[in-house]
Amino acid sequence: MHSIGDSFALALQLVLSGDADLLAIVLLSLRVSLTATALACLIGLPVGALVAISRFRGRNGVLILMNALMGLPPVVVGLLLYLQFSRSGPLGFLGLLYTPTAMIVAQTVLIAPIVAALSRQVLEDLHTEYAEQFRSLCLTRLQTVRALLWDARYSLLTVGLAGFGRAVAEVGAVIIVGGNIDHLTRVMTTAIALETSKGDLALALALGIILLTIALGVNAAVQSVRMTAARYAYV
Amino acid sequence: MLARTFAATAVALTLGGAGLAQDQSILVQSTTSTANSGLYDYLLPIFEGKTGIKVNVVAVGTGQAIKNAENCDGDLLLVHAKPAEEKFVADGYGTMRTDLMYNDFVVVGPEADPAGVAGMNDVEGALKKIAEAKAPFASRGDDSGTHKAEKALWKKAGVDPAEGSGDWYRETGSGMGATLNAGIGMGAYVLTDRATWISFDNKQDYRIEVEGDEDMFNQYGVIPVNPEKCPSVKAEAAQTFADWLLSDEGQEAIAGYKVDGQQLFFPNAPDK
Amino acid sequence: MSDAAIFGSVAPAAQTLRADIRACEVQDLVLRLGGATVLDGLSFALEKSGCTMVLGANGAGKSLLLKLLHGLMQPTAGRIAWGGQGPGAVTARQALVFQKPVLLRRSVAANLDFVLKARGAGRGDVTARRDALLDHVGLAHKAGQPARLLSGGEAQRLALARALATDPEVLFLDEPTASLDPASVLAIERIVAGARERGVKIVFVTHDTGQARRLADDVLFLHRGRVAEHSPAATFFPTPKSAAARDYLNGKLVV
Repeated sequence: MHSIGDSFALALQLVLSGDADLLAIVLLSLRVSLTATALACLIGLPVGALVAISRFRGRNGVLILMNALMGLPPVVVGLLLYLQFSRSGPLGFLGLLYTPTAMIVAQTVLIAPIVAALSRQVLEDLHTEYAEQFRSLCLTRLQTVRALLWDARYSLLTVGLAGFGRAVAEVGAVIIVGGNIDHLTRVMTTAIALETSKGDLALALALGIILLTIALGVNAAVQSVRMTAARYAYV
Repeated sequence: MLARTFAATAVALTLGGAGLAQDQSILVQSTTSTANSGLYDYLLPIFEGKTGIKVNVVAVGTGQAIKNAENCDGDLLLVHAKPAEEKFVADGYGTMRTDLMYNDFVVVGPEADPAGVAGMNDVEGALKKIAEAKAPFASRGDDSGTHKAEKALWKKAGVDPAEGSGDWYRETGSGMGATLNAGIGMGAYVLTDRATWISFDNKQDYRIEVEGDEDMFNQYGVIPVNPEKCPSVKAEAAQTFADWLLSDEGQEAIAGYKVDGQQLFFPNAPDK
Repeated sequence: MSDAAIFGSVAPAAQTLRADIRACEVQDLVLRLGGATVLDGLSFALEKSGCTMVLGANGAGKSLLLKLLHGLMQPTAGRIAWGGQGPGAVTARQALVFQKPVLLRRSVAANLDFVLKARGAGRGDVTARRDALLDHVGLAHKAGQPARLLSGGEAQRLALARALATDPEVLFLDEPTASLDPASVLAIERIVAGARERGVKIVFVTHDTGQARRLADDVLFLHRGRVAEHSPAATFFPTPKSAAARDYLNGKLVV
C-alpha cells in the first residue's frame, strides 16, 4: 500500500523535475478552468444582478431553478454537450468535440449557474442596503446593476472562486467532451482518473496534491486581495 | 472595464486552443486496455516521427468507442470485440475490419483464493467454482470488449451470474483499471486482459489464478471509419495509420513493446 | 470657484425653462402600513424658498413624510403636488440625505464621481465639479480615502456633497446630524444654509430644537400622524399654538 508521505515526496519530485508533460497538463487545466470561470462570470453576474434587483411573477421559480442548477451533475453536462458537439449532433460542424474549447464550454455551463445563484444572493443583500439611496438618485436599472457589481467586487471574487474551484476539480464533463487525449485535452483531473485506472495510485495522489496546492495558491491570493479590501472597508 | 478584460481573456484563450486542431491529426477511438497499458505512448511517437500525422487517442470501453465512431467522432476504431466490430462494418460505419494483434485474458484473484481456482487452465470450470463458492467476482459491467468476452465465458460455463448480482457478482460499470482497483479492494476475482494486468501498479497480493485457456484469446481489430457515412473523417490519414499498424514495421513495433520484460501484445495481421 | 460654477443655478434663469417645482401642496395625505395609520390626513403647503423644519416626537411620521414627498413611497390616499407635479415625476430634481448615509464601497472622490456620471456629466466636468464639491464640504484632503472609513461627521458631509452633486431644487434631510459632535453639526448646518441661500428649498427633519431655531424659516410640527401646527419660525418658537408643540418645546415627553 502506498503511504500519503510517498505521494508527497513524488509530488515534490514531479514539480522539481519540471516535467514538461506535467507542466502542459497543469497549464491546460488552468487555461480551461480560468477561461470557463471568466465566461461564467460574464454570463452569471449580469443574470444574478438582474434577478437580484427585479421583482416579477415567477421569481421564486427562477430562484429555485438557479439553485437547483448549481447541483448539475458534471457527467450529465458532459453527455448533453457531447450530443451537441458530436459530428452527428447539431453543432458537429464546428468540430469542437475533443478540443479544449469544448471543455471550456462544458465547465462554463457547469459553473455559470453557481456564479449566477451565489452572486444573486450577494447582490440582493447589497441592494437591500443601497436600494433606497439609489431610488432617491433615480438611477436606471443598468446604472444600478453596474454599481452593485462594482461595489460587490470583492465578494464576487469569492463567488468566482467557488466557480473556479468546481471547474478545476470536476472530471465528469471534461473527460466526455475532451476525451482525455494526451497532449491535447488531458487536464489534472482526467490525468488523475487515468493514473488511478492504471493502478498508479501514488502518482494519482501526487497529481491530486499538486492540484490541491494550486487551488490553495489561488485561494490564498484571493483571500489576500479580500483582506486588503477589508482594510479599506470595501468588502 | 471588468467585462472587457474578461472578454479579451476569453477570446485570447479560446483562440489559443484553435491552433491545436491541425489538419494533420487523426482521432482514434480505442479501448482503455490498449491505452492504460502504455502501448500508444510507445507506438505513436514512432508513427508520428515517420509521417508527421498526429494521432489523438480517446480511450473508453469498446462499446462506447463503437458508439462514438458511429456518431462520426473518430477516424479510426481500434477495439477488441469481433462480433460488434463486424456489425459495425456490416452497418456501413467502417470500411474494413482487419485483425491487428492479440493478447489474452486472465483471471486474477487474491492469494487467499477462496474458490480454489489457482493454477487452473479451464476458465469455464474456474468460473463455475467461483459461482458455486459465491466468491466475490468483479465484472466490468460496461459493455466493453472485456465485458462482452466475460459474458460469453459465463454463458459457456452454463452459469448466469446475474442471479448473484449485487451479492457475490459485482458489476462496477467502470473501466478495466477502476474495476481492478475495486476488485482488489473487496477481495474479488477479476477477468482482465493480460496487458492491463502486467502494467497495473496496484496489484497488492493479487496474482494470476487462471490462464492459458484458448477461450480467453483476446483479438484486437482495426477499422477505418467510412467517409461515406461520415464525410468529416480524415480517411486518408486514418488509412495511413491503419496501413502502418498492419505493415511489417508496425507489427514489429507492437511486438517490441514490453513492460517489465514481458511482451504485452502479439501482432497477427494477415500477410499481405 | 464660485458657487454658481459648482452647483449651477436653481433660481431664476432655470425657471424660464422648467416649471418651478419647489413649492409644495399636500392635501389629505394618508399612509397606512400593515393596518396601522401612520399619517392620518395631512394637509399643508410649503413655500418655494426657505427652510422648513419638520419637528415631532419619535413615531410622529416625519421620516415617512419625507419619503412620500420625495416619491420613494406611495401614499394610501391624498395628494402631493410639487409645482403641480406628483412626487414621482420630480424625484430626480430633489435629493435626500438619510440619517445613516449609505456610502458606496469606493473612495470619497469615487462616491461623487458616480453620481456626477450617473447624471450625465462629461469626464472633464466630473473632475472639476467633484473637486469643487469636496472643497465645499471640507473633504478635499480625504478625496482618495475609502468612503466607509470616514468618521460620522465626514460621512454625512460626503452624503450632503453627493446630494448637492445632483443640483437639487429641493433638498430633504432626515435627521442628518443625529449623534454627531457639535463641530460636525455646525459644519453641516453651514452647508445647508448655503444651499438655502442659493435658492434650494430645504425640508429638514430634526429632533434638535436648537438646530430648528438656527435654521428654520417655518416649522411643520407633526403629532400622532397629523399636522399639529405649521407656523413661521418667528411665531412658532416664542408662541407655539398647539399644546403638543408647547410640551415638546418645554422638553416634556410627548406621546
